[in-house]
Amino acid sequence: MNKLALILVVLVIAGVSAVAAIELSGRTVPRLKVSTTTSLFDTGLLDNIADEYLNNYGVRLDVISLGTGPALDQAGSGDVDVTFVHSPTLENLFLTDNSGGARKIIAYNFFAIIGPDEDPAGIENLSTIAALQKIAETKAEWVSRDDNSGTNTKEKALWKSVGFPDFTALYEENWFTATGQGMGATLVVANEHRGYTITDTGTYLKYFNDNLINLKTFVSSGKDLLNVYSVMAANPVDNRENVDFQGAIDFIEYLISDNGQSFIGNFGVAEYGAPLFNPAVQLLKENADSEIATWIRDTAFFENSECPQQYRLGQEQLYQ
Amino acid sequence: MSEQLIEVVLRSIWISGAALLFSLTWCLPISLFLGLRNFRGRNIIISIFNAFIGFPTVALGIILVALFSNAGALGSLGLLYTPTAIIIGQALLVTPILVSLLTSAIESVDPSIRDLAKTLGASDGQAKLAVLSEARKGTILAGIAAFNRAIGELGVALMVGASLRGYTRVMTTQIALEYNRGEWELSVQLAIVLLAIVFSLTLLANMLRRD
Repeated sequence: MNKLALILVVLVIAGVSAVAAIELSGRTVPRLKVSTTTSLFDTGLLDNIADEYLNNYGVRLDVISLGTGPALDQAGSGDVDVTFVHSPTLENLFLTDNSGGARKIIAYNFFAIIGPDEDPAGIENLSTIAALQKIAETKAEWVSRDDNSGTNTKEKALWKSVGFPDFTALYEENWFTATGQGMGATLVVANEHRGYTITDTGTYLKYFNDNLINLKTFVSSGKDLLNVYSVMAANPVDNRENVDFQGAIDFIEYLISDNGQSFIGNFGVAEYGAPLFNPAVQLLKENADSEIATWIRDTAFFENSECPQQYRLGQEQLYQ
Repeated sequence: MSEQLIEVVLRSIWISGAALLFSLTWCLPISLFLGLRNFRGRNIIISIFNAFIGFPTVALGIILVALFSNAGALGSLGLLYTPTAIIIGQALLVTPILVSLLTSAIESVDPSIRDLAKTLGASDGQAKLAVLSEARKGTILAGIAAFNRAIGELGVALMVGASLRGYTRVMTTQIALEYNRGEWELSVQLAIVLLAIVFSLTLLANMLRRD
């Protein structure tokens, strides 16, 4: 064997052992792949849940942060086992094409319409719809994520009710800016441009408290700004047979357990003085007549259920 | 520097280093072939490699995601979102720059060296080795340039690695991620470390070039 061949062999062995070392170092514990909407990730909630879950259940969560649309696509292609999203419209499509199921509503908060202190459009004290109408009339700058995320889906629905049924028509308006990026980046653009935007409260509070933005909240309550987070498992059929379905169900059971729910409800309280995400399981289970429970049923239930029977994938225990 | 930061820095070096090693296993033979032989179409092949030096990382990233995804042709290997996927991607990414720089380093070696080695009874392989050893400066420069390209790229690592904490998170993906989640301080710290690595390697390369 000549020396050149020897060099090549050594390179291959070194390369293979490097790969083996790095793969093995990361694979000492079972892993579960999770795709999530950016708000749950950027606020740090999912990193915290991942630590908690690893410590108590010995499973490491691989968290991939995307907008709701792409997060669902990842579960649909079987590249992740579980997905966290917040867009009932897109979730319904996901269920009906059998990409996944075992849906559980785990938390809620509210979206907020925010903008510069000076309030050039004068939307203070207006309803959501009136505020958007005012922004369009006065041609005050509006910054949109335009990334098919849950927040963006909500935004599209709101613009539709204001008289822009075709969201792409807004591209032609000179007061409209589309970032195509996540919530954080979009908040920063809105801040720089002194424009208005719609945001989830979790990401907003984090950016606001860290002094990264100084935009003010103008509208942040009401049924049309309700933001409902749910979790679903990829359906282990068709091209998805190698997803970890049992691992996904175990994780969902943890999230809806008292432990999981109080962990979600306590997240951010120390830092922001109020929870960023409100637990939803108990609220819905009690069949409470509260206004918010009714709103959740009105906006995020399908066929009067958080997950109609045919999409439960045999996991009835999640719904008792 | 926090422990987590060090872990990410080491992982980046590890992954891009492995990518460079793998890449060399095919780039060395290709470059020796291109640098030492004369055949029709040789210049065309070299220009193709040169043209691919600027291959956009996001384009390579999306191609690999389509291949590695569970729904893709190589989905059954389960490579998506693993360090291995990043290594494969970066190894492919640096191939054109390695081949291009190695080939010109080999070309610039005086042909008489090879002939001399052969007259002294060297086998073909030994003669090639003599050429490589004569071109060692250029070879090291090529390696450094390729490593810098790999460790500084974002598109491939982000798309096929997804920046999973403690697994596929490397410096560039964490810089992007921490920026997105509003942790700018950490983002800047990492960027400084990355720049320090790239600059010191470039400096080393310049020193080599001078003497």
